[in-house]
Amino acid sequence: MDILKLIYDPFGSIGEGLRGLLTQLLVQSLGLPDWTVTLIMLIAGAGFLVAVATVTMMFLTWLERKVIARMQDRLGPNRAGLYGILQPVADMVKLFTKEDITPSGADRVIYNLSPMLVVLPSLLVFAVVPFANHVIISDLSIGFLYIVAIGSTSTIALLMGGWGSNNKYALLGGMRAVAQFVSYEIPQVLSVVGVLLLTGSLSLGRIVYAQNYVWFAAFQPVAFIIFLLASVSEANRTPFDLPEAESEIIAGYHVEYSGIKFALYFLAEYINTFAISVFATTIFLGGWQGPYLPGWGALLPDWLWFLLKSYAVVFVMIWMRGTLPRLRIDQLMNLAWKALVPLALVNLLLTGVGLSVMQVFGWKLNDFTVFPSLAVFLVLNVLMGAGFLAVFKPAHLPKRKVVLVSRSRAFEVTTTFTGR
Amino acid sequence: MEFVLFILFAGMTLTGAILMVALHNLVRAVLAMILGFVGLAGLYLLLEAEFLAAIQVLIYVGAVAILVLFAVMLTQRVSDPNAPVNNNQAWLGFTVALGFFGMLSAVFAPLKWPSLPEQSVSTVENLGKQLIGPYAVPFEAASVVLLVALLGAIILARE
Repeated sequence: MDILKLIYDPFGSIGEGLRGLLTQLLVQSLGLPDWTVTLIMLIAGAGFLVAVATVTMMFLTWLERKVIARMQDRLGPNRAGLYGILQPVADMVKLFTKEDITPSGADRVIYNLSPMLVVLPSLLVFAVVPFANHVIISDLSIGFLYIVAIGSTSTIALLMGGWGSNNKYALLGGMRAVAQFVSYEIPQVLSVVGVLLLTGSLSLGRIVYAQNYVWFAAFQPVAFIIFLLASVSEANRTPFDLPEAESEIIAGYHVEYSGIKFALYFLAEYINTFAISVFATTIFLGGWQGPYLPGWGALLPDWLWFLLKSYAVVFVMIWMRGTLPRLRIDQLMNLAWKALVPLALVNLLLTGVGLSVMQVFGWKLNDFTVFPSLAVFLVLNVLMGAGFLAVFKPAHLPKRKVVLVSRSRAFEVTTTFTGR
Repeated sequence: MEFVLFILFAGMTLTGAILMVALHNLVRAVLAMILGFVGLAGLYLLLEAEFLAAIQVLIYVGAVAILVLFAVMLTQRVSDPNAPVNNNQAWLGFTVALGFFGMLSAVFAPLKWPSLPEQSVSTVENLGKQLIGPYAVPFEAASVVLLVALLGAIILARE
């Protein structure tokens, strides 16, 4: 029985045990006030989070290399350990033993501060995420706003790294990162506002509870796609990795960093990737809850559902990286400002319409009247998608002309096309 | 506990503010300003104004400071150690600031602040209701002003 409890609620059991032990030790034996226990528990929680984040990052690097390799018909890392699972460990050892270089013209304070600051927001955002039922470090009433606010500070660290390195490519990368982040923050936040309207709360815990019957990805499929695209862009991942484009600006803001400082940038990037999938899971995919089917509730422990969904989203992101080429800067900005922002605004408007319909009929999210409301929202989303395609007409976008000519005529055709 | 945190955040805010006016390097001055903004957000948190704290970080740290950094990076003599930090109005400015501080202290010190009942409703919900209720007109006016500023920026950028 105890083992079963440990499997289904590991955080709760361990937390209870630790709290009991600390209370006995500190409060009853040493006579310290009660809040010392709370403080130590919070520090232990934070330490646990940092450890989990580091291990997650190492696992993600391995997963990404392995999956990408399979997509490109290669084997990927397969030397260190079983299926190359120890490759990240070897990589870490290599990074830790590398020489630490500071460029001669660099602003030393800013240059050295940037890698530390870049990890901070990536870790801080996990404080408001419910990992399983009741397992949340702090269920802030402004949870989502907190994520947006903390996330927006990460650009400063990137810009600091780009400027402090005293390298034109690094500066360009930093500037690109900021321009991209500021543009994509808008559709990202707007796409979630629809969910916030449905829930009536900014708390991530309550957003998960509101998806008891139906996940918000079914209510707001268009918003889910906008959120995913904008988030991938905010994490600087392919196809939106212009700030780190190796072929254009030799990897952007972290070009001058080596050794452990580079490792910190790397860490922040992969934690951001994981954070995105965690937010997509929490806000749109029902969080730690299993799909609503009779008898499925206790099939898997909460935290396993959570991890399964998160890694499914991570897989989609790796898939995007494996298949899509990098956007140009004008395409990137057009996508944000001319497609995603208007679409998110229309989505917000239609969510209001759907909500009014729900209010008129007295339908709710937490009983069986959720299904007619779901139908209303699906119709609205289909209309919105059709309208979007009608306005943007992908068939009418400019395309490259391909002309097949015989080899003997090739020179002649090239000269007529280029006019030279 | 609360007092320790107050000292910490107030120290952060003041250190940031003093460094901001004292540093020669403009980019470092902006970063010091960001430190001050973050300290201010911490003070809001201590006052249980979570929404205001989050907005402070989002708007000032995430947007305004970034904009200022961009502008500063385009200026000449960004990191020139010989660039003057003060002009000849420094003492005048200090006197005015001191006078303003004295005035605020004189106004606020005798005030007795009413304390809200313990179980306060969610600040965000309350704020939303106020914004579409009694404060709808000022809210809309502010959004019109912002819209005009946005259009103006676009027109200026086009020329």
